[in-house]
Formats: sequence, C-alpha cells, structure tokens
Amino acid sequence: MADAAPPDDVAIRIRGLVNAFGTKVIHDHLDLDVKRGEVLGVVGGSGTGKSVLMRSIVGLSRPREGDIWVFGENTRDMDARAMRSLQLRWGVLFQEGALFSSMTVAQNIQVPLRRYTAMSESLMDEIAAMKIALVGLPDDTATKYPAELSGGMKKRAGLARALAMDPELLFLDEPTAGLDPISATHFDELVRDLQKSLNLTVFMVTHDIDTLRATTDRIAVLVNKKIKVGTIHALRHDPDPWIQEYFAGVRGRAALDT
Amino acid sequence: MRNVAPNLRVEDAATLTTERYGALLRIVAAGDWVIGEAPRLDAELRRLDLRGDGEAEIDGSKIGLLDSAGAWLLLRTHRDLEAAGRHVRHLSVPTVYKPLIETINNADVCQPHPHPRSGGFTDFFVRIGKGTVDVLKQGYALLSFLGQITVETFEAVFAPRRELPFPALVTQIEATGLTALPILGLLSFLLGVVIAYQGADQLRRFGAEIFTINLLGVSILREIGVLITAIIVAGRSGSAFTASIGSMRVNEEIDAMQTIGLNVAEVLVVPRVLGLMIALPLLTFYADVMAMLGGALMCYADLNITFPVFMRQLEGAISLSTLWVGLVKAPVFAFMIGLVGCFEGLRVERNAESVGKLTTRSVVESIFLVIVCDAAFSILFSVLEV
Repeated sequence: MADAAPPDDVAIRIRGLVNAFGTKVIHDHLDLDVKRGEVLGVVGGSGTGKSVLMRSIVGLSRPREGDIWVFGENTRDMDARAMRSLQLRWGVLFQEGALFSSMTVAQNIQVPLRRYTAMSESLMDEIAAMKIALVGLPDDTATKYPAELSGGMKKRAGLARALAMDPELLFLDEPTAGLDPISATHFDELVRDLQKSLNLTVFMVTHDIDTLRATTDRIAVLVNKKIKVGTIHALRHDPDPWIQEYFAGVRGRAALDT
Repeated sequence: MRNVAPNLRVEDAATLTTERYGALLRIVAAGDWVIGEAPRLDAELRRLDLRGDGEAEIDGSKIGLLDSAGAWLLLRTHRDLEAAGRHVRHLSVPTVYKPLIETINNADVCQPHPHPRSGGFTDFFVRIGKGTVDVLKQGYALLSFLGQITVETFEAVFAPRRELPFPALVTQIEATGLTALPILGLLSFLLGVVIAYQGADQLRRFGAEIFTINLLGVSILREIGVLITAIIVAGRSGSAFTASIGSMRVNEEIDAMQTIGLNVAEVLVVPRVLGLMIALPLLTFYADVMAMLGGALMCYADLNITFPVFMRQLEGAISLSTLWVGLVKAPVFAFMIGLVGCFEGLRVERNAESVGKLTTRSVVESIFLVIVCDAAFSILFSVLEV
C-alpha cells in the first residue's frame, strides 16, 4: 500500500504493518498516525507488540510488510545514509536507560555530539551540563558512571542522551516502569514540560495509567493485532473487553476518577 | 572522523552581529540558531569583547529556528555579560521560543564538571602500585576459591549430600570434550606434521633420520599433546565458563540461586570442573594419537619410513610411562582451567564490559597457570627421575 506521503502535520504514519515471529503474527495490517506535537501513549497487554512497534518505527527490526513514514519519508527502502540523517531527528529512551556503561553520563550525552558536530570540548561540556540540568539531575551526575546511578537517575540520564541532538521526535519505552510513584509523577511532569518547551512529538509505550492521564494527548491501544486510537475518555466507552477491563479495573478507575 | 549529517545543514544560516551605542552593547542574533550552527556561533561568541559597565541587550527576535543548544548559547552570553559587569536589559526571542528559554533558564545549569584527566608520571606509578596490589589480592582470592572448590569437589564425589548432578556433568563433558574433537584433532595432526618435518630436517644431517620417531614420541606424549590440548580447552571452555557464569551474574541469576538456598559452587562450579577433569585426559589421549598420525604421515612422505617401520621404532622409543607422564598432568590442568574460568565468572560485576574483561583475563590466567604447572611437573619428574 504505497499511497502518497502523509501531510506535513503527521510525524509518523504507519500503513499495513505486519510483524510476525515465525508463524506467530504480532501486528496484522496495523495503521497508525502520530500527529506532530502530540504525546501519544501506546498501551496493550504483555506480548501485544508495543516494543516491537517502536522498534519497527526506529528501524531496529524490519517489519514483514507495510510502510512507515517518519517526517514524510518512507523508511522501508531507505539507504543507510538517509536513515542516519533521520535518526538524528529522533531520540530513543530505552527501558533501562541503555547508557553506555564504560562512559560517564556526560560522555554518554556527548556521544552523538562528538559524532555529528564539530563542537569544541568546552561547548560539549556545557551542553552536557545543560541537558543534565534540563532533565533535573544534580550537576555532579556528569562525572558519574551508570553503575553509580539509581534506576530513576538512569532513566533521566537516558532521556538527556536522547535529547542530545535536539530531536523533534522522542520515543519512550516504559519511562516510568520500575520507578516509585513519586519519581514516576516527577518523570511525567518532566516529559510534559520538555514536550511543551522543546516542541516535541512523543511516542510513549507505557503501562502506567497515571502516566497516560498526566501526559498523553491520545492513546493507542494494541488489541487483536491492530490498534485503536482515541482520547482517554473516548476509549473508556470502547466496547472491546480488554480496553474495558484496562480502564475499568480497580487501578484504572482509581487513576481516572481522582 | 566527523562528518556533518545532512539535516544539520541549516537553511537560514545563523548570524551574530554586535552594535555599540555609547555604553550600550547590543547583540543581534538572527537566522537558525540550532545545534548544527552551535560550534561556529560558540567560537564567535567567545571572541566577543563583552567588557564594560554599561547596559547590554540581546536581540533574538529575528531568530528563525531555535533549539536548546542555541538557547543555551543565548543564555550563556546573558550570564557572561552580567559576569563582565554589564546590566542586561532584556533578552528577546520570538514568542514561540519563550517557554524554551524559560525552561533552560530555570534548569539550574552549573559549571560543567571537568573530566578528570589522567596525570602523566605520578599516575604511572599509581597504576603500577594498584596493579601489584590487585594481583596479590587476586592471588589470595583465587587461593581461597581453590580451597573451597577442592572441598566441594571431594564432597561431591566421595560424600555426596545429594546425587551428583549427573546430567549437568554429562552436558559439560559433551560441551568441553566432544565438541572440541574436530579442532583439536586437526591442530594436533598438523603439529605432528610440523615436528616430524623439522626433526627430520635436522637429524638428516647426522644420518639419524630414524630418530625423528623418537623425537616425535617423546615430545608429543610427554609435553606437546597435553599442552596443546590444555591451551585449546582454556581458550574454548575456560572462556565459555567465565562468559556464561558472568552473564548469569549480570542477570542476577546467581543472586536468585543464593536466595533459593542453592550452593552456587555445587551447582555451577563442580559440574564444570569435574566435567573438564574427565574430558581433558580423554582429549589429551586423542590429541596424542592424532599428532602421532600426523608425524607418521610426514615420516612416510619426507623420509620414506613406512607405517610398520614407524611403529617398530616407536615401540623401542617410548614406554607406557612416557604416555602416563603426559596424561597424568591433564586432570591437574583441567582443574586449573575450570577453577580459573569459574572464579573469574563469579567475579563479574553487573555490567556488560566486565564480562568481556574477565573472560579475557580468565583465558590469559589459565594458560599462564597451565604452563607454570607444566614447569613444576618437569621439575618434579626430573627429581623423581621418571
């Protein structure tokens, strides 16, 4: 289905995406649009392919079928060079932060700067310090190694690295998983603040209903190998049993009614 | 090499101009103040002479695109102006970028921490000292591990609390022994060929070609067969022990075992060490046979010594004790390799780099220990006059 490229206000367009492992089909002709400047939350039960969806978009796994446009460019038949320049326009925060363990936090942030710009060392140090402050980490984090950081700090540091090249699009894979509720709330606020001030489009995989409510504009639910998109309130009235259970369950109600 | 990515090229190049009206310093920023332009703007800004005690303003209202790198440069200039003694009247940017400026201004950006640089000469001595202490500590820890595993192994064999983990043992023998046969066979065959060729070449000068067979028999059975086997196994299996136990450590599997109450040494180390102690003598014998075959082939090709003649000469050259002297070392080497492999695996820290580092160290250490042991055996045998 190679119809024309999407309009300008669509950051990501997915059409007819099929992903499968062996004979097990994960996504069956899935369609999705992510608008520029929105925060889209992606939810779904375990094994419904939330992370696979994200990995397909950023090119870490190759879909069996289907087209994915990011910023109007079809990623399917893209050569390595075009892909690289697209990669600079997005940042990815992996679940555990995925910081390079042999480098300090500042060096982690500087990896893309060093590779793609001709900045002086002092400017790179400044930018690293700025990003570290931006994600709300104390300034002495710069010289620490990932092994010395707590889980929440690792995620913030990972976010700082994802933001290093000032991307337009941010992928977050379960940003609040494993954080205590207070840290999770702070992380939600941080994402929302940064999204507004840096004018980001955010694609966020999450399980956390509080996060969904606090940060997302729309929610995409993976059910039956396809996707259903809507606002949180529209989805609450969706007849699908999984969605009903998800939003009407004790956790869901508690998060939504307060 | 740095290559500037295509999208870092900007459409509307950023510009920076300064205007002075008496005591007022006006810095005008225009164009795209984005990360691709940051290196150039940074250099230009650093060259500016900001000194003076008058007022200053930063006019960024003509800026087309602004990202956090550009915003940082504006804010840094703001700070530098104030630090130089000027009063900054205002910093203006297009309305859409006001939140960005505010966010970065509110984020409490401190002076970047300089990375500790390695200091030349003294650092060199510090590292020698650290290295020495580390080696001694390591030796001490290895020695206590040796004690622990010796006790565990004896217990597992002679006074098992439970049945020996037989399936695990067989799996280890297969992984360390059976799968090593092709590579070991090929290498020892080639070694036999090489030794026979070199020996024949030298001995022919004295008309003593026939003694090539003596050379082959004694050197391979006593030393080379067991050494090459131990070195290959250290590279194949010692490293595998470290890597697999190390990955288990990274995954917290070892911690899980301990909380369940499993004895890590008994579950992970004893089957590996015992399996290797059974496999290595068998492999050594196999390597001996393959090397002798290689030697026999070379003798036939190079010296025209037929196989029956070869066997007759070999029978006179070696005795059963020649074979035993080689084979008796094998279990000891196996114990060393298994011990070091498991020991280093258990020392892995919870990061990926550590697995690689300790795997390398395990191979180097076990080969080192094998050769040291071999030397010790030589001394022992010469004292015993074997």
